[in-house]
Amino acid sequence: MVAEEEKRERKKRSVPPPGDGTLLSTTMPWSWKDFFLQWEWMLVAVLSLVIVVNSLISPFFLNWHTFIRTPASFLDKAFIVFPMMFVIILGKIDISVGSTVALSAVIMAVSYNAGLPMGLAILLCLGVGAAAGAINGFLLVAFRELSFVIVTLSTMIIYRGIAYIILGNRASGGFPEGFSLLAWGSLGGVPIILIAFVIAAVSFGLVLHKTVFGRALFAMGHNARACRHSGINTDLILWTVFTLNGLMAAVTAIFLTSRMGSTRPNVAMGYELEVIAMVALGGVSTSGGVGRIGGPVLAIFIVGFLGYGMGLANLQAPIVLVVIGTLLIVSVLAHKIRFQGFKLFRARSTAATAGEKNQEV
Amino acid sequence: MAKHNWQWNENLRELGLLLFMAILVVAIQIRNPAFLTAGNLTSLLTNTAILAILALGMMLVLVTRGIDLSIGSTIALAGMVTSLAVARYPGIPPVAAIGLGTAVGALAGMVVGLLVSRWDVLPIIATLGMMNVLRGLTYVISGGRWVSSYQMSDSFKRIATGRILGVNNLIVIALLAYLVAAWFINHTRLGRQIYAVGSNPEAAEVSGLPKRRLIFLVYTIMGSLAGLAGVLWVAKFASAQGDTATGYELQVIAACILGGVSINGGVGRLTGLFLGTVMLGIIANALPLINVSPFWQMGIQGGVVLAAVLTNVMVRRNTERTALRRRVI
Repeated sequence: MVAEEEKRERKKRSVPPPGDGTLLSTTMPWSWKDFFLQWEWMLVAVLSLVIVVNSLISPFFLNWHTFIRTPASFLDKAFIVFPMMFVIILGKIDISVGSTVALSAVIMAVSYNAGLPMGLAILLCLGVGAAAGAINGFLLVAFRELSFVIVTLSTMIIYRGIAYIILGNRASGGFPEGFSLLAWGSLGGVPIILIAFVIAAVSFGLVLHKTVFGRALFAMGHNARACRHSGINTDLILWTVFTLNGLMAAVTAIFLTSRMGSTRPNVAMGYELEVIAMVALGGVSTSGGVGRIGGPVLAIFIVGFLGYGMGLANLQAPIVLVVIGTLLIVSVLAHKIRFQGFKLFRARSTAATAGEKNQEV
Repeated sequence: MAKHNWQWNENLRELGLLLFMAILVVAIQIRNPAFLTAGNLTSLLTNTAILAILALGMMLVLVTRGIDLSIGSTIALAGMVTSLAVARYPGIPPVAAIGLGTAVGALAGMVVGLLVSRWDVLPIIATLGMMNVLRGLTYVISGGRWVSSYQMSDSFKRIATGRILGVNNLIVIALLAYLVAAWFINHTRLGRQIYAVGSNPEAAEVSGLPKRRLIFLVYTIMGSLAGLAGVLWVAKFASAQGDTATGYELQVIAACILGGVSINGGVGRLTGLFLGTVMLGIIANALPLINVSPFWQMGIQGGVVLAAVLTNVMVRRNTERTALRRRVI
């Protein structure tokens, strides 16, 4: 009875339901308008637009082969997008991932060339990535006064610095035949990297939306202190998420190195920006607590096909830089557009209340 | 009382940094006697001047709880625009060239300031985006080409190589910037208001300070200084390239943090900033002198920054604990 009243009250005052900002919450009546005002539909529209423009540029774009093979060229950084989404849902940002990719790739290459079997070198790479992420997490947990900006900024310098110390400005490669199959090979006509990407997307999506851990992420993004006092082990969660971020950066390092055939300390420069841009474009609020897995997945393909199309149109790489930078800013700004006091995209309505929350864990 | 304590604490911090620097200098001097010579010290200061100018702006940004990762790109863009102008019209007087670069930088800073202050975009997001946009623009306007030494007029190159009263122009400009900053921060209402906004934004806003306008101002100052630095950079190295000053923002932030500027806002002094800047200058200058590969520089700088930040936290915790213990119950 009380719940019924509350529901009516909410409807009258058009107060969004509590929760992670998911629009299709059970407490809201179904409405087609609200359904189509979800951010993801905008992304679908943009993706369709990109595909249409691409196929206008090149008559060879619109076929099954392109859709299956092209993603292999941009999916390597997509693996970081999912854990970065977790980090951003927590209300934090990790700008050290590009350096983590470089460090783990360099250590993998050097250890292989020093005589380690390839399998062990790959394991070492994953270990280095996870350790790099764990160090970030440890610093954030042990020195709670420090902001994530300064911690990940300094490890960003240090990780790439170590990569330079190990390899100078030389390149290291000469991997065995089979290693390049990771990025170039395919299983039954589908590229291996695409399969790996789908597995990653599904598992991260399940963890985020179907587990207690995932719910805790959203809760922490809204009010970390309240979570702490409600008995959620916020330190452990923070640590896990950052370690996961480092681990997936190492996965990216493996696929990137496999695609390039060799590595050097300056690889993956600026990956952090592209990854954060994809997450923000995917509708994940940079103030924490809001986001769904579908958005970033669509955003990965938007940015990827956009870059591919700009390559088709013979635009220089610098213009791609401008476009991605603008995309990041515009996608953050788009959520702040208001019409007569109402936000255009309602799925984000809780972000407004989360804006001034305490960042302290 | 609390304020007094903090001041003392800050002095102690700077003394510690000074002590560490002295030890470092002695150690370097023992390894290579060429370090403490007039010639090398002059080149050290000349090479640190641009960093010092940028650190002033970055300190103000950090004081307001922001961060600016776009300045490396602003330097490149301002430098490129200015050198293209100089290459096209060699008759441009140096002062006009400096003005042009500063204006380009100010414009870039205003965009960042607008994003951060007007639309509440997180500073790290806004400047990460602008970093790429400005870098891309630099490549686009130059068409991917360099502007080299022979295309620049002598009067332009003399901006960085000339001397006033026997002192290199860069050092003179940095000193002037420091003097103006000292006056602005400590003796103007605007300067104090910036610190007030940084140490407690809510209180500052409630007291009627124009918080948003102050934040806009801070990023505009940062942009202008980066534009100025861009002109100086291009004049100094006599070449403007698309990848000029890539990643330089990290060094600038490192100098601020070493100098005791808190990334949580409200805290930062010119004396500390000066020490932090010189410290980074010494590291950059001394590594080749003691036969350390230049590839170690990045790692060492990062390590020093992290160490400085962690020491800060531990010292502060210790002081707080002592203060608690001393409290009369």
